[in-house]
Amino acid sequence: MEYAILFLPLVGAIFGYLAKYFGDLTSQLLTTFLVCVSAILSIVLFYNGIFHGTYGNYLIYQWIASGNFVVNWSINIDPLSSIMLVVVSVVSALVHIYSIGYMNHDPNKPRFMSYLSLFTFSMLVLVVSDNFLQLFFGWEGVGLCSYLLIGFWYKKDSANNAAIKAFIVNRVGDFGFAIGIFLIFMFFGTLNYNEVFQLVPEFSQEKINFLGFNSNLITLICLFLFVGAMGKSAQFFLHTWLPDAMEGPTPVSALIHAATMVTAGVFLVVRCSPIFEYSQVALNFVAIIGMLTAFFAASVAIVQNDIKRIIAYSTCSQLGYMFFAAGVGAYHVAIFHLFTHAFFKALLFLGSGSVIHSLNDEQDIRNMGGIWKQMPFTWIAMIVGTLALTGFPFLSGYYSKDAIIEFAYLKGTNIGYFAASIGIITALLTAIYSWRLILKTFHGKFNNEHLSKSEIHESGMVIIFPLAILILGSIFAGFLFKDFLIGHHYVDFWKDSILILQAFNHSHIPMWLLYTTPILVTLAIPLSYSLYIKNDKLLERIKIKNELVYKFLLNKWYFDELYNSIFVKPVKAIGSFFWKSGDIKTIDRFGPDGISKIVKIISKKATKFQTGYIYDYAFVMLIGLSLLLTIFIFYK
Amino acid sequence: MNFPILSSITFLPLIGAFFVLLTRSEKGQGNTGAVYISIFTSFVNFFITLFLWYTFDNKISDFQFVEEISWISGFIKFKFGIDGISILFILLTAFITPICIISCINSVKTRLKEFLIALLVLETFMIGVFCSLDLVVFYLFFEAGLIPMFLIIGIWGGPRKVYSAFKFFLFTLLGSVLMLVAIIAIYWITGTTDVTQIYEIKIPQEFQYLLWLAFFSSFAVKLPMWPVHTWLPDAHVEAPTPGSVILAAILLKMGGYGFLRFSIGMFPFASEYFTPLIFTLSVIAVIYTSLVALMQDDMKKLIAYSSVAHMGFVTMGIFTFNKQGVEGSIIQMFSHGLISAALFLCVGVLYDRTHSRLIKSYGGVVHILPKYSFLFMVFALATLGLPGTSGFVGEFLVLVGTFKVNFLVAILASIGVILAAAYILWLYKRVIFGKLENIQLKKIKDVNLSEGSILVVLCITVLFFGFYPDPLLETMKVSVDNLINNYNLEITKRITLK
Repeated sequence: MEYAILFLPLVGAIFGYLAKYFGDLTSQLLTTFLVCVSAILSIVLFYNGIFHGTYGNYLIYQWIASGNFVVNWSINIDPLSSIMLVVVSVVSALVHIYSIGYMNHDPNKPRFMSYLSLFTFSMLVLVVSDNFLQLFFGWEGVGLCSYLLIGFWYKKDSANNAAIKAFIVNRVGDFGFAIGIFLIFMFFGTLNYNEVFQLVPEFSQEKINFLGFNSNLITLICLFLFVGAMGKSAQFFLHTWLPDAMEGPTPVSALIHAATMVTAGVFLVVRCSPIFEYSQVALNFVAIIGMLTAFFAASVAIVQNDIKRIIAYSTCSQLGYMFFAAGVGAYHVAIFHLFTHAFFKALLFLGSGSVIHSLNDEQDIRNMGGIWKQMPFTWIAMIVGTLALTGFPFLSGYYSKDAIIEFAYLKGTNIGYFAASIGIITALLTAIYSWRLILKTFHGKFNNEHLSKSEIHESGMVIIFPLAILILGSIFAGFLFKDFLIGHHYVDFWKDSILILQAFNHSHIPMWLLYTTPILVTLAIPLSYSLYIKNDKLLERIKIKNELVYKFLLNKWYFDELYNSIFVKPVKAIGSFFWKSGDIKTIDRFGPDGISKIVKIISKKATKFQTGYIYDYAFVMLIGLSLLLTIFIFYK
Repeated sequence: MNFPILSSITFLPLIGAFFVLLTRSEKGQGNTGAVYISIFTSFVNFFITLFLWYTFDNKISDFQFVEEISWISGFIKFKFGIDGISILFILLTAFITPICIISCINSVKTRLKEFLIALLVLETFMIGVFCSLDLVVFYLFFEAGLIPMFLIIGIWGGPRKVYSAFKFFLFTLLGSVLMLVAIIAIYWITGTTDVTQIYEIKIPQEFQYLLWLAFFSSFAVKLPMWPVHTWLPDAHVEAPTPGSVILAAILLKMGGYGFLRFSIGMFPFASEYFTPLIFTLSVIAVIYTSLVALMQDDMKKLIAYSSVAHMGFVTMGIFTFNKQGVEGSIIQMFSHGLISAALFLCVGVLYDRTHSRLIKSYGGVVHILPKYSFLFMVFALATLGLPGTSGFVGEFLVLVGTFKVNFLVAILASIGVILAAAYILWLYKRVIFGKLENIQLKKIKDVNLSEGSILVVLCITVLFFGFYPDPLLETMKVSVDNLINNYNLEITKRITLK
């Protein structure tokens, strides 16, 4: 069964593409069917795991063996990987179904489906790995699929640029990740999780000299691994690729850039909890980056106008939540939020895809509005998604997000309190931008100039069905699983797949903390309504008064401009400099070209000796003879 | 004495070349007879090599299949023999040559017969380099290989062929002359040119440094290392596609092989002493040439510069003197042989159709050549070291090995991996993606059977060794162990003497 879960999507990717010779539909059905089977099997596996504890490790074969560097391909099923399997394969199956409807006008359907399946395979490989190198394989594999899918519409230059940007920014993260792996191998002599994790306590006080800095080994490893996680999960400093990644088709955004791939970073940190637990510095760093991202992305999301970009920033912000949860040591809560987030964020993306599809690929929310009656089901889906995202009581986001804030507070450290307050502020911001999105898209005046309102209609069944499942997930996932994942007996579920050294003390949670967030997010609904529908003049005035702040947010804190001028341009300039001035003007000029020139000059001079006149030769002979004599006399 | 299998694979191409010579050149039509003979010869050679690999015992560290014939009595013996390192290079050579010959059908339009002869003769010399266990014999093959390559660039090359051919020739010759002097010196010191005996006799430490530098100058040019790399982009740009393929896939590897077989084996102290130099040059090569590659507007030049960067990883790995580093660099050479060959063939496919190597004359190729674009993508990804391709295994092992020795070098070299992604993906985007703007492009057709099949074969090989590098690692394992152990033995001996 484990093999089937992992390899069915790969089979789908290969044969799905080849099936194009039997028509697009064959290929769509084949890939979708295989991924659905994989999803059902993962659910069975998850169920068996919870109730029968059927976890295990299956060796496929040895990948690389060079000296003591031995790495296997294997399938490792434990609580953490089994819950990730469910998230990945279920969302993937729904996205496959959705794509049949969404991509119906596209000429390259088989290719698209094949990429989606390939992505699913890579993500599953990442999740079930039992060592860092296979993880890295999946890590790069999902990066590749993300690259291919962002650039799926390769006619668009912007899509190609976004794809490259995503790949290269991720590579920067992978650079850190790779160095983390090198360090682990160098000191632990293995890359297998269990073996590494067992050795960690012995090394917890180990200091090494790293490029002149005397630093703690474990901290160093954690920080480098986390750089990788930052790249993949679009955290602050390495987040710039995610909003641009929205150039890809919407199902891709839902699957890769919301539910699964971007959460790989969180998964990595949680998977490595037995290492991170031994480094308070690294954990604090994770928490701080998480907080920064959560707040930053939410603040930017408030002023963006592209429906997908708003949700992208929202994803970024929610990933920040997961990271600071991990940073305060509440790994299980981070994964719980990852789990619920997968449902409601996929729902939001697929819902917005349905809107975009109906509006002929319009993505600007300023050109929408007032269409809720035309697309009632999509509207309901988006409302549910938004409620769940903002943490409206008793929907899935409520359980996970509040738990994050609560656990941060329970940590009892300064970082913890700070994280909790950032969590609350960001929750308010989240509510505001999410409702802004809903109100501008579905309510108010209809603003589209290219379409008449009557042309807009609800999407077809293939699009609605996945939404319906996700609605159920967004509503119930939190309530149903909270006891398993973050309840008092969470250890029964997680077993030893995560390590928490300092248990949280649940005895004294202040009541006000439990109520603040739900009240704030509920209040945000009328607040947004009054701002974005009722008094849009007031909003204009705020905008004009705070123009600097507005511009700053609209331009995403000027990150793209900054990176462009400190990385992209200098690298190009240095490249041309090395080429033109280094290779051509220095090495070639003084090297081969220079030497051949000198040889030419000398030989030209030498030819002048051969005049053919006997007295010239006699003269040279005389001089030569006298020179030889002189030397002979002097050095005798 | 057993059947002289090494001499057979070395000289079989030469015999093939002789028969090609006997065919009649037909004007206008391609010379089918010559093509068939050369394809047949190279394939037979490849299968014999596979058989050789199969019979090769990878548990023995000594040289195997040794053949010894006295040539000039008391001075030079004609000595052949292979170990787990050289057999991989022979395999690579025997694998790439048929591919080159098949690619000639599409890309060489004039004097096909002579071109095939040059290729087959070159194969003899290349295999000879990897088989010989005598310094003089090695030198002869090493240098003789220049001649066919010089002709390939000089006769079948592009507009600046003469300049490039001479640049190539002078650069390599200059290094080799010093090596020749060193070989003579070694003979005076040890009284033999037999490599295995020199390993036993051991060259005194004080001589090693100069000798090492002399060999280094030759291998560094061949590899090439920064700053003596500038002949390579020119040679590649001007060489016809099969020439570039051979050059990148095999000729460059002679330098790396030379370091492994001669520099480390014969001069352990000097190798240790000069390691910082090698590391510095390698890191410069990786970063500098990657940056230069980023800014190229000629596809072949870009790939040539990327080759220099990849060879930087090779030298870095060899001089870590640990298992991961050395094995990684051998894998890196092997996989670069496949990948760069494939990339040059890819460029060749476009060049044969439009006669332009400039990036800006393309764009939107995917709309007309979908199969080609797919294959090109696989090789582009292999270049940037994506896990699952052979490029990853090599690069990663090298970096793991280097990291053990020197953090800074490994970290700087890892930056090169980021840059590799930048230059190759940017190239791919500009050539393959986007809108089809050049009208001339609309008429061209997708890869034909011969082009498609060789690219598919390369693609499968690259992926196969990416997922399952064990056949390569197992073959070289004992020999690499042996190499490192001998090296360590020498170094520790000196330390205890002190």
